[in-house]
Amino acid sequence: MKKIATAALALVLALGLLTACGANSTAPSSSAAAQESSSTPASEPASETEALSGVVNTSGSTSMESVVLALSEAFKELYPDVTVNYSGTGSGAGIEAAQTGTSDIGLSSRELTEEETAAGAVSNVVAKDGVAVIVNPANGVEDLTVEQIADIFSGKITNWSELGGEDMEIAVYGREAGSGTRGAFEEIVGVVDACQLTNEYSSTGDLVGNVAGNENAIGYASLSAVDDTVKAVKVGGVACTEDTIKDGSYAIQRPFVMVTMEGVALSDAAQAFLDFAMSPDAASIIAAAGAVSANG
Amino acid sequence: MQPQARGKRAFRDGIENAMRLIFTVCGFIAIAFVLLISVYLILSGLPAIKEVGLFDFLLGARWDSTNKTDPAYGILPFILTSIWGTCGAIVIGVPVGILTAVFLARVAPPRLAAVVRPAVDLLAGIPSVVYGLVGMMVLVPSIKDLFDLKAGDSLLAAILVLAVMILPSIVSVSETALKAVPKEYAEGSLALGATSLETDFKVILPAARSGVAASVVLGVGRAIGEAMAILMVAGNAANMPGLFKSVKFLTTAIASEMSYASVGSLQRNALYSIGLVLFVFIMLINILLNKVLKKNKE
Amino acid sequence: MRTSVDAPRGLSARRRAWHGAVRAAMYLSAALTCALALGLIGYILWRGLPGLSWEFLTTQESILKGTDGILPAIQNTIYVILVTLVIVLPLGVGAAVYLTEYATNRRLTGAIEFATETLAGIPSILYALVGMLVFCQFCDLGTTLLAGSLTLVIMTLPTIIRTTQESLKAVPAGYREGAAGLGAGRWHMIRTIVLPCALDGIVTGCILAVGRIVGESAVLIFTAGMSTSMQNFFGSGGLVKSSGATLTVALYVYAKERYKYDNAFSVAVVLLALTLLINLAAGAAGKRAKRKEER
Repeated sequence: MKKIATAALALVLALGLLTACGANSTAPSSSAAAQESSSTPASEPASETEALSGVVNTSGSTSMESVVLALSEAFKELYPDVTVNYSGTGSGAGIEAAQTGTSDIGLSSRELTEEETAAGAVSNVVAKDGVAVIVNPANGVEDLTVEQIADIFSGKITNWSELGGEDMEIAVYGREAGSGTRGAFEEIVGVVDACQLTNEYSSTGDLVGNVAGNENAIGYASLSAVDDTVKAVKVGGVACTEDTIKDGSYAIQRPFVMVTMEGVALSDAAQAFLDFAMSPDAASIIAAAGAVSANG
Repeated sequence: MQPQARGKRAFRDGIENAMRLIFTVCGFIAIAFVLLISVYLILSGLPAIKEVGLFDFLLGARWDSTNKTDPAYGILPFILTSIWGTCGAIVIGVPVGILTAVFLARVAPPRLAAVVRPAVDLLAGIPSVVYGLVGMMVLVPSIKDLFDLKAGDSLLAAILVLAVMILPSIVSVSETALKAVPKEYAEGSLALGATSLETDFKVILPAARSGVAASVVLGVGRAIGEAMAILMVAGNAANMPGLFKSVKFLTTAIASEMSYASVGSLQRNALYSIGLVLFVFIMLINILLNKVLKKNKE
Repeated sequence: MRTSVDAPRGLSARRRAWHGAVRAAMYLSAALTCALALGLIGYILWRGLPGLSWEFLTTQESILKGTDGILPAIQNTIYVILVTLVIVLPLGVGAAVYLTEYATNRRLTGAIEFATETLAGIPSILYALVGMLVFCQFCDLGTTLLAGSLTLVIMTLPTIIRTTQESLKAVPAGYREGAAGLGAGRWHMIRTIVLPCALDGIVTGCILAVGRIVGESAVLIFTAGMSTSMQNFFGSGGLVKSSGATLTVALYVYAKERYKYDNAFSVAVVLLALTLLINLAAGAAGKRAKRKEER
């Protein structure tokens, strides 16, 4: 009995491998789906909702984590047979994953560059998000101008006492180079290629957690990831909130983008997920995750 | 009757030959995998080295792969950090490991050894990210407070994590080697008037030296190849190594940049080149290990 | 017959100093190792146990409800272990059988053994690089658990080959000679005599391989993805297209991306228990194999 089960499993896998290895970039999902659906006794397609099944792999921006996880959870309630996966690899990796087809949908928390759109990447803006400048709650500094922030990150200001805080050296925490948060932050603050970082972190949560654990630290992170373990300072007198992002008064903001490829058809499940994320229905879910819907 | 039997025999021979073929293919698969990995790493690693220049790549002191105006691809900081980190881990881990091994193999009462040994084995089996987690939650803040730094993520933290990680394998491999030393050595030494401690350290330990050396080489291999655990404690800025500075290793440079460097870019190719450099390091260590083990057998 | 490590009286001052120093260093080292083991395990349990509950093990994470659970990670781990073993076992055992039963050229076996050693020594980050290039991109599998498992096949191959080879070598030559004398073909002999005798060794190899798979993080992060959603393996395309985090990767995600350190420690407790289980199983299997050898 065991032997048979093992052999069957091996066979299925070998088959899967063959179809996946032999086919071109878009075929594996559809051919596998076709095989499956033809072999299962097709119950009468009552509605579109029931017919939809499959796997949607998304990867990219770690800032978009809570938004994507919340969306996929809500989506699962509509389509129980669809699994939406999220891997936080960074915006650069997300865009690339969409381009190479290693993921169905790429996630980017910065606008696509001209090079990327020229290469066929399509931008679907689902939300707007603020990049909050965060410090440890024990830090007395409440308000910074964009110039001061630029000076801190480019290494001209190195001690909190220069900003009215205590006499402590500033630990400047930033994100890794492919990060959409870093890209947007450096561009808007005007410190592209000029940052003197103490430490580099490869995800939003990692940076927030480390700022929460170090009273000398300053960093930046998606507003949707900011909780009460860190303090978001006002930038030029404007607090980072959903309202100030919406009306544009908060300076450091950027879009959340779902990236697809021109000319590459998404699987039905992936298309449905994208449509759902772009629909006005998703606005409340996006808001619950801490960002501002772009389509609501 | 006759032809039928012959048919059966032919069938059996056919199976025999088929199985021989299958087993032969399996036998060569390890070689095939090594070739696949080598060829892949060399092919994908060479273009960037060619573009940057071998000298500038290996000895360039500045790594700034994402600078749009003036990118630099010098991996000297990573190489030095890897060497420093490995040396540091060895300097701390090896003496402690060998001394513990001597204690377990020769001195400890059997009952105590029976408790300590499984604990050491457990340490050896713990996934590396667990070490990274404890390192970032305990070590990093303590280093920050102890040395009054602005941040505790540093080469020192990485060295300590690596030292703890290589410790169990050094203990267990050395202990096995020590136990394999023939009893006559100890008896002879004791009969000549050496104390038991002198016997352990001046007779048994030297007699087991090739096994102990193998454990050290294994430790070097593990330390230089570890990525995720030190990624969590080293801070990951491309600085020249300094004990209290945030640093990037060869491994963590790949791990932290690989996922987002775009395909075909010089940055990504340079990461493959780092992989190639790491591969060369590892091959050298493997060849060394092979030599040590061969000597061991003789 | 040793009684104690204390130096006998009547040694020269220098010898006494040497004894004192070496003894102190040795006891200190041993104490340090023990303290490390105890401290690490104790700390992990202290931080992780409070968050560990039946619910944590049997539910999945929900952002909307704010709850946590690692069932998906457990399922993914089982999937990766099964797929990897199903593929690596025939390959590894086959290679070991070839080395001990068929190969005659010593230089060739030397080369294969060197290749095996080399595979064992390659760090996982290089496997991650190659796996990502070969399986995820070149074979077009995408970032999936299947691609991760295939990469792990290469990684665990040396473990299986080595342990199987050792247990095959331990099968008494008399068994083989007897079978050959009775006119059995080589495959027949391997199937009926050699492999059954080596079974315990193969089981040990499997357990060690499972240990390696459970502990792996770098390879899986880059080839299998980090999703903590529940996978529907038996849904359409589920076996091939699912991507997700195993327990180790889930720990990494919790610690590095979501700063949910308590969850990370709870996963660490689970991993600790698994490691202990694997060590015990490997020990038991190894002992059985040895007893058989001695018989």
